[in-house]
Amino acid sequence: MHEGKMVELIKLKGIDRSKKDDKVQSVLRPLSITESLATSPQSLTPNPQPPTPNPQSLTPNPQHPNPTPHYWRSLEELAESEDFEELLHREFPERASEWSDPVGRRKFLKLMGGSLALAGLTACTRQPAEYIAPYVRQPEELVPGKPVFYATAMALDGFATGLIVESHEGRPTKVEGNKDHPASLGASDVFSQASVLALYDPDRSQTLTYLGEIVTWSAFLGGIRPAVVAQSAGAAPAQQSGAATAPQQPGAATAPQQPGAAGQSQQQPARSGLRILTGTVTSPTLGHQLKTLLATLPTAKWHQYEPAGCDNAREGSRMAFGQYANTIYQFDKADVVLSLDSDFLSCGSGNLRYAHDFASKRRLSESKRDMNRLYVVESTVTNTGSVADHRLPLRPSEVEGFARELAAAIGVQSARSGSPNGEGRANWIAVLSKDLAAHRGASIVVVGDSQPPVVHALAHSMNQSLGNVGNTVIYTDPVEANPVDGNASLRDLVADMNAGQVDVLLILGGNPVYNAPADLEFADALRKVRLRVHLSLYKDETSEFCQWHIPEAHFLESWSDARAYDGTISIIQPLIAPLYSGKTAHEVLSAVMGEPERSSYDIVRAYWSDRHAAGGQELPVKASVSTTSVSGENQTQPSPARSAQTNQSQPSATRQAKTPSPQFEQFWRKALHDGFVANTALPAKTLSAKSDSATQPPASPRSSSSQLEIVFRADPTIHDGRFSNNGWLQELPKPLSKLTWDNAAIVSPATAASLDLGKRIDQLATNRMGSIGGEILADRIELQYGDRKVTAPVFIQPGQPDNVITVHLGYGRTISGRIGTRTGFDAYSIRISDAPWFGSGLRVAKVGGTYSLATTQSHHLIDASVVGERDILRSQTLDEYSKHTSEGSHQEGGSHHEQSLYPAFAYDGYAWGMAIDLNSCIGCAACVVACVAENNIPVVGKEQVARSREMHWLRVDAYYKGGEQNPETYFQPVPCQQCENAPCELVCPVAATVHSAEGLNDMTYNRCVGTRYCSNNCPYKVRRFNFLLYQDFYTASLKMLRNPDVSVRSRGVMEKCTYCVQRIQRAKIESEKENRQVRDGEIVTACAQACPTEAIVFGNINDHASRVSRLKANERNYSLLGELNTRPRTTYLSAVRNKNSELENG
Amino acid sequence: MSEHTQDSISDSTITPPAVIAPGQTFASVTDKISSIALTRRTPVGWFIGAGISFALVLGLFYTIGYLVVTGIGIFGTNIPVGWAFPIINFVWWIGIGHAGTLISAILFLLRQPWRTSINRFAEAMTLFAVACAGLFPLLHTGRPWLAYWMLPYPNTMGVWPQFRSPLIWDVFAVSTYATVSALFWFVGLIPDLATLRDRARRRTAKIIYGMLAMGWRGSARHWHRYETTYALLAALATPLVVSVHTVVSFDFSIGIVPGWHATIFPPYFVAGAIYAGFAMVLTLAIPLRKFYGLEAFITMRHLRNMSKIMLATGLIVAYGYMMETFMSYYSGNTYERYMILNRFKGPYSAFYWTLIACNVVFPQLLWIRRVRHSVPALWAMSLVVGLGMWLERFIIVVTSLHRDFLPSSWAMYAPTFWDWSMFIGTIGLFLALIFLFVRFLPMISIFEIRGILPQAAVKESGD
Repeated sequence: MHEGKMVELIKLKGIDRSKKDDKVQSVLRPLSITESLATSPQSLTPNPQPPTPNPQSLTPNPQHPNPTPHYWRSLEELAESEDFEELLHREFPERASEWSDPVGRRKFLKLMGGSLALAGLTACTRQPAEYIAPYVRQPEELVPGKPVFYATAMALDGFATGLIVESHEGRPTKVEGNKDHPASLGASDVFSQASVLALYDPDRSQTLTYLGEIVTWSAFLGGIRPAVVAQSAGAAPAQQSGAATAPQQPGAATAPQQPGAAGQSQQQPARSGLRILTGTVTSPTLGHQLKTLLATLPTAKWHQYEPAGCDNAREGSRMAFGQYANTIYQFDKADVVLSLDSDFLSCGSGNLRYAHDFASKRRLSESKRDMNRLYVVESTVTNTGSVADHRLPLRPSEVEGFARELAAAIGVQSARSGSPNGEGRANWIAVLSKDLAAHRGASIVVVGDSQPPVVHALAHSMNQSLGNVGNTVIYTDPVEANPVDGNASLRDLVADMNAGQVDVLLILGGNPVYNAPADLEFADALRKVRLRVHLSLYKDETSEFCQWHIPEAHFLESWSDARAYDGTISIIQPLIAPLYSGKTAHEVLSAVMGEPERSSYDIVRAYWSDRHAAGGQELPVKASVSTTSVSGENQTQPSPARSAQTNQSQPSATRQAKTPSPQFEQFWRKALHDGFVANTALPAKTLSAKSDSATQPPASPRSSSSQLEIVFRADPTIHDGRFSNNGWLQELPKPLSKLTWDNAAIVSPATAASLDLGKRIDQLATNRMGSIGGEILADRIELQYGDRKVTAPVFIQPGQPDNVITVHLGYGRTISGRIGTRTGFDAYSIRISDAPWFGSGLRVAKVGGTYSLATTQSHHLIDASVVGERDILRSQTLDEYSKHTSEGSHQEGGSHHEQSLYPAFAYDGYAWGMAIDLNSCIGCAACVVACVAENNIPVVGKEQVARSREMHWLRVDAYYKGGEQNPETYFQPVPCQQCENAPCELVCPVAATVHSAEGLNDMTYNRCVGTRYCSNNCPYKVRRFNFLLYQDFYTASLKMLRNPDVSVRSRGVMEKCTYCVQRIQRAKIESEKENRQVRDGEIVTACAQACPTEAIVFGNINDHASRVSRLKANERNYSLLGELNTRPRTTYLSAVRNKNSELENG
Repeated sequence: MSEHTQDSISDSTITPPAVIAPGQTFASVTDKISSIALTRRTPVGWFIGAGISFALVLGLFYTIGYLVVTGIGIFGTNIPVGWAFPIINFVWWIGIGHAGTLISAILFLLRQPWRTSINRFAEAMTLFAVACAGLFPLLHTGRPWLAYWMLPYPNTMGVWPQFRSPLIWDVFAVSTYATVSALFWFVGLIPDLATLRDRARRRTAKIIYGMLAMGWRGSARHWHRYETTYALLAALATPLVVSVHTVVSFDFSIGIVPGWHATIFPPYFVAGAIYAGFAMVLTLAIPLRKFYGLEAFITMRHLRNMSKIMLATGLIVAYGYMMETFMSYYSGNTYERYMILNRFKGPYSAFYWTLIACNVVFPQLLWIRRVRHSVPALWAMSLVVGLGMWLERFIIVVTSLHRDFLPSSWAMYAPTFWDWSMFIGTIGLFLALIFLFVRFLPMISIFEIRGILPQAAVKESGD
């Protein structure tokens, strides 16, 4: 059946199979269905005709019924032996020809009848029709089985991170950071790692709908154009009235006028208008498109809202400098860093780069024995606080007072505030100001996005008076195409909607119905808009409220561009054609402006072509004449005539006609190849903080310390909720709580005790563990904030400031998909626009019953003595470390390594090993998701995680040291330790896990019968078992996701980390082709590749010059549970904390 | 029952009670025992008991079907606790199987004539317990249909089992044990099967018993061959009593898990197995002798002897617990020490202390003569020990695994419905087989009982 189709297809494509036979074969190879066909004799015979029952067709050359064969296939044929003649003339193989025997006809009919009946039975489970189409022309550079890598970028909250995406036969399967991109430097985060799963998510919106009915794109055009034209009809008089001036000049100059859009609407209060709501836009092309639209349609307005954006930082810069500015920190130059509620290592723009730079300053080696010092003052536990040398938990409202006091101590004139600070903090202020002052020009004060603008302004002043500006702190123009205060912008939009002034609303991405502050009642306001259009990846809460829903193209399917934290522009290029005919924001905007046939490729390329022609400067914005001019004419018909008209009327629209200059082609190719446009980082700008910037009274009245405060934070794994349908991210344990699939109200042990939550163990409130594995039976509380309420489970977290309850955003989605719907609780439902990040006056009431939370690590059990005694996590202060090394290094218990009756196995070739520097690890878990993506690790779901059956081959353990009020926190990534004396290998009854000659502890999945003895005997518990059928073998789109180099494991087998053995093999093959050894650094495991701090180093320990060997020679190197004599190949470098002796008791 | 007990006590104050009650003749013995299988009406109680047991067997089949279709995730097993109910139950059943061979083989070789009354059903019990036990290691694997990979057979893959793994030793130990036990049981049955064949009235019974009797005619040559074979098999089975549970204990002691890795495990497991086995023999013998009126054959002497063995092995087991605790303290090993403390006061401490109560504290009552002589007390004691031995395996398997080396991977374990249904299902299977056995086969060896009658002793004295 398939065969026939394939032959037909090939015929249609006009391939002469007799000539291209080998080609067809090789093209077919990646398509597994065709594999068997390609080897079946019929499809291989050099026969240009489809097979027919006529035996003559098997003769070599049916076109010429010449008895003499032109070609011969074997010597027998040439010899025309009788056997061969017979074989040749037989239609069927010998045994099969019984059917032609007339005596057997009855039997034949009988069997036919029988098989027909059986065929009817099989029809009960209808096989899906699968069509195959081989390449007509083989794409260049595509060798089946060899991945191709393309550069692109992913924007999160507007800010781009450069990526390199691995593509197998046209399917993107794995995302890596782009080494050359300033925001990545080769690293990636959990969101970009998990983005491939989102691409293939079967729950993604797949069709354009109008009121829930599937309609066509042209129907949408027909629907939207009249509305837009109606806008432009009355707009002409207003065109010159300055409406378009504001967005014309990007950057700082426009900032003071913002939100200027509000002003316009006041001028023309009666007019309904077009509104566009986007997230933060840094894309130059999209920005230009939007500005062109605004210039063309003066009644139109553009709003930006980002639920977890950096509005406060933006407003803070405006407060300090009088204009919007972008701040770039250079942590690689900073010796002392103070973070005021900032999680700069894992959140916000540039966090990967910051983590990289921070770690580079922290790394200890034989030659470098000093490290930076990090002070963190924070209102909730974060990764940054966890790796701090000194951490001070403060209530969020107290941070401002702390900042003022510190600023005053540093010598910022305007900072004085009357409020005296709390007990014990005076010491901090004194020590901090001294330490910061001692490192003038080499320190950084960084403030988190959740702190109000005034704290940001204070930090700018502090950095200025510490001489950091220009050294470690750089200011540039804003990265955003049009920086606004998103919160205010959304509020304006809602006000306009409520006032009935919004006629058409285009929501380009985003999910405001779900994530707008609750007090804005966005959904109610939205109902008052006549025409609502929503472009998004998923049919979500907002789609429900919009007539039109357009499926958005995933960034791996779309052309676009975006800027990184420092302004560097990346061209986002697609790796695959849209799976579900999704549209990009560019295309929707273009359609709105009357050019529906322009693809995003045309738009982006044309923009860059023009920009290149203009010398690389941003293009001036001109009103698009075409949009207005069509108003009276055949507006709904995107005819070629009109596009010709466009070409004439607008210089920037002549792009299609114009052939790009060779220089542009070169520029374009280079930009695509490199993953960014060279020299587009924004230049440093000299700005000085206004002296009066911070004199205004404290933004929030200080609440009494007994009052409860609430802190809202973006979730560490699903961010603001946009990743809620991503199973990899849902199942990724949160950095500290190790919760999966849920958010929780996070409280400190003392607060929990006072609220009578959790379970008491020796007066200490802890989480109540369930009995089935990693389950927490959490108390439920009702959080009442203002007059809004939400019920949340409680998680007790050491280190959380007392009387502060942290809730993470992004959960409680009602319409998300099979994965994300109804997980956790909706923290947005109590978030208000006036205080989006924290506030006091929270009331808590205990609600009966418990809620089951699934966690992968149960902290409450772990008292420091157990961890300490077991020598699991070594840590020391820098002083201890320096003393130690000067006294002579203590080699870790190497003595019993040598004690064996037998000679050690000689690893002649490679001996793979890994070293993990605990001093660098920031617990971001990018390695975990990278491992999941690389190794086809399944998602098991919350219930299975609660049963302690998560499948992650690599986990990041977190350990606490010290009191539960403010413990030190350490992260420890634990992959398979690849023990040389592996306890697992000994006990496997079927030799499914064996040692390789390169020291890997290999796992043969096919051989595993699943006794789980290996896991029991593994002291590290890094083996994972498929208790149930966790892999989804049946969802078609997910089949494309899998890494073809790694087996997909089924039910009942054990699986584990093998140091990405597929990557090792690939590199070895390459090196053998070139007849050389694998170079150091040539093999990078998925975890090491993702790591922003380069904490994980992999290599050949037989090569003493390799990085991993050098790390293993370091005196900080130790084996986890080394005394068990498992002799792990993975070793750890102990953590070092740079304590300030003056603050030791702080 | 109570009056009989009174009799025994008064008897025993003067002379030890007889192995067989007085007044029995060859014919009465044969009649009494064979009539259960052949002529006597099947009591209503049998139907009730067998009905319940078969219902449980059906439940077991359902569980197995669901298990094979769904995967072993239906059990509560998780990652630190990779073995749980199935292995606990496996070890428990294997342990129960021990008493049969011990009674049959070792006591036979030691010429303990009192064994005769109980050896037949003790052997049957062994066989059925091993059958129940065998289900678990097979079905607890992720892919049970590939279990044959554990057998060393020449195959195209060119891969042998991994002989260093104790699980492979287990395969051999358990299968050998099952084979030898079955042979031993069957060989011992042959003369009695011939008796049944001869006495059966219905044709089908005649044919079936006839086939099973394998042409036994009771000739002197037959008897000679029989005695030789039986003695040989007994000699062969004797080391197995020690080896099976030793190998089973290796499953644990070869591992490096604190709480498993102990040299005391083999003797301690063997003693525990005999302990549990005798408890199970008592659990079964006491109701059987009551319902079928076999007090004449299974006398108080038997019960008392078995209770003494229980007491002795119980003390060995208690010594094992003591040594485990002492070694964890004395070794100075932090993991071992934590393991014991965790047993004492961790989340499963209630199980641990119940185990100590069941296996160490209560059995001390057996020192008291009145307890030893009270049938209900012995029966209760046997149940307590059965429970205690099951808990012992729970403690060894679960508490050792749930908190091993790295605290980050610690987790709790709780059985699911399916864990219980599988366990209870095997109890049903065991009981169902026992019910079939007592109904269709002579539960007490007829010819051996005849051999220990005083009438038979005349000959012996002539030798």
